[in-house]
Amino acid sequence: MIKIDNITKRFGDKEVLKGISAVFKPGQVNMIIGASGTGKSVLLKCIVGLEIPDEGSVLYDDRDFIRANRNEQIEIRREIGMLFQGAALFDSKTVEENVRFPLDVLTHMPMDEKQDRVNHVLSRVGLENVNHLMPSELSGGMKKRVGIARALVNNSKYLFCDEPNSGLDPQTSILIDNLIKELTEEYNTTTVVVSHDMNSVMQIGDYIMFMYEGHKVWDGAKEEVLDAKEKAFNDFVFANHLMKVLKEQMG
Amino acid sequence: MIKQVGKYFIFLGTLFTNRESFRTYVQLFIDESVKIGTDSVLLISIVSVFMGAVTTIQTAYNLVSPLIPDYVVALVVRDMVLLELAPTIIGIIFAGKVGSNIAGELGTMRITEQIDALEVMGINSASYLVLPKLLATLFTYPLLVVYSAFLSLLGGYVAARFTGVITPQDYTYGIQYQLNEFMITFAMIKAFVFAFIISTISSFMGYFTTGGALEVGKASTSAVTNSVIAILAADYLLAQLLAEFLAAV
Repeated sequence: MIKIDNITKRFGDKEVLKGISAVFKPGQVNMIIGASGTGKSVLLKCIVGLEIPDEGSVLYDDRDFIRANRNEQIEIRREIGMLFQGAALFDSKTVEENVRFPLDVLTHMPMDEKQDRVNHVLSRVGLENVNHLMPSELSGGMKKRVGIARALVNNSKYLFCDEPNSGLDPQTSILIDNLIKELTEEYNTTTVVVSHDMNSVMQIGDYIMFMYEGHKVWDGAKEEVLDAKEKAFNDFVFANHLMKVLKEQMG
Repeated sequence: MIKQVGKYFIFLGTLFTNRESFRTYVQLFIDESVKIGTDSVLLISIVSVFMGAVTTIQTAYNLVSPLIPDYVVALVVRDMVLLELAPTIIGIIFAGKVGSNIAGELGTMRITEQIDALEVMGINSASYLVLPKLLATLFTYPLLVVYSAFLSLLGGYVAARFTGVITPQDYTYGIQYQLNEFMITFAMIKAFVFAFIISTISSFMGYFTTGGALEVGKASTSAVTNSVIAILAADYLLAQLLAEFLAAV
């Protein structure tokens, strides 16, 4: 479980995050949604430690990440897997080397065991016989799947995905969404997904948090989305044509 | 400017803290040594041979006097090669080739979030990425300087032989005449200092790139420009410090 409390972040005079609190539970897909520029990615960076919040705390299973010393932070980080927006695969390494990378650097596992683990996660994300391809030879969807495999190869307890559907066609988006959902349930990871894609939110989101101008405006389960009263949230949700149709059909 | 210098020294400090295990760096060091050192051999060979040949011909044409023996041409070429041409000029060329490559590579890794990916995994990205480059440059550049000095002197010999500006016998006598061995030590000290400057400044420029492709290009340019300026400044300081010592021994 990840608990964030009163996260505030400023860049100069501009307050980008304004006291955000939430609880992300394991085994479910927690989605942070909002329009571009509302601070979703900054919040994600604060949670994983790529940015240091000016106020507030981030607790990973009751371990305070921000106030932890360097070694404790490293220990927590080694339980984190992250899928970046552009997958962030290492250009100079093959698919296999990319996926094996956390095991190579962070563990003393024998090579055979590492190889088995790599093959297992690659097959789990539906990628076989691509071990020796370079990232430049992969499609956008394949890169994301390799990114997910790399994020999970070290048995990560926490999975973060930054805009996993960006730049993908609708079919591949659904495939990636389903993969995130399945893996979250299978490995019981605490998954946090940043997205602005309502189709994805309604498909895989268990807990949804909506951000607007640095504030948390609404949070709840996806079943509650249509009943929400907050104007900013409704404007965002019903900008999606399918959501608008759904709302009309449901009266 | 002062802020940047401070940031540079803090950056250098991070290279040596929270490092990964030794075994992680061994393969990286070998890979970087190949990329930085071996891949530079051809360019340095070509430049060195021509540098030695041209220096020999030009020195010979400028030292035409019945009072100056011919072997002095080779002696001048030797001193120029050992003190300046091999460590400094090759350093500038090396900064252009390797420095821009390092900054471009790290800059691209930064803007494509590959560096963030390392950090999220709990890896000290600065140490993981930059330390092997620094060690590989410190290891390969002095070797390249020795190689360059040898080829420059060889280039001078070839020029002497084929143009006839001095006889090969005078040339071989001249390059051995009253050799002060400290000059070689001096060249090696310069090589280590310049290797450190090139690798760290280029890495610093690349590592802190923000933005997109345009900024990666700018980082590469800044890496080369700043490295060259720093090399020239360090060259001057070392010349002041070590030349006095050279004169004394």
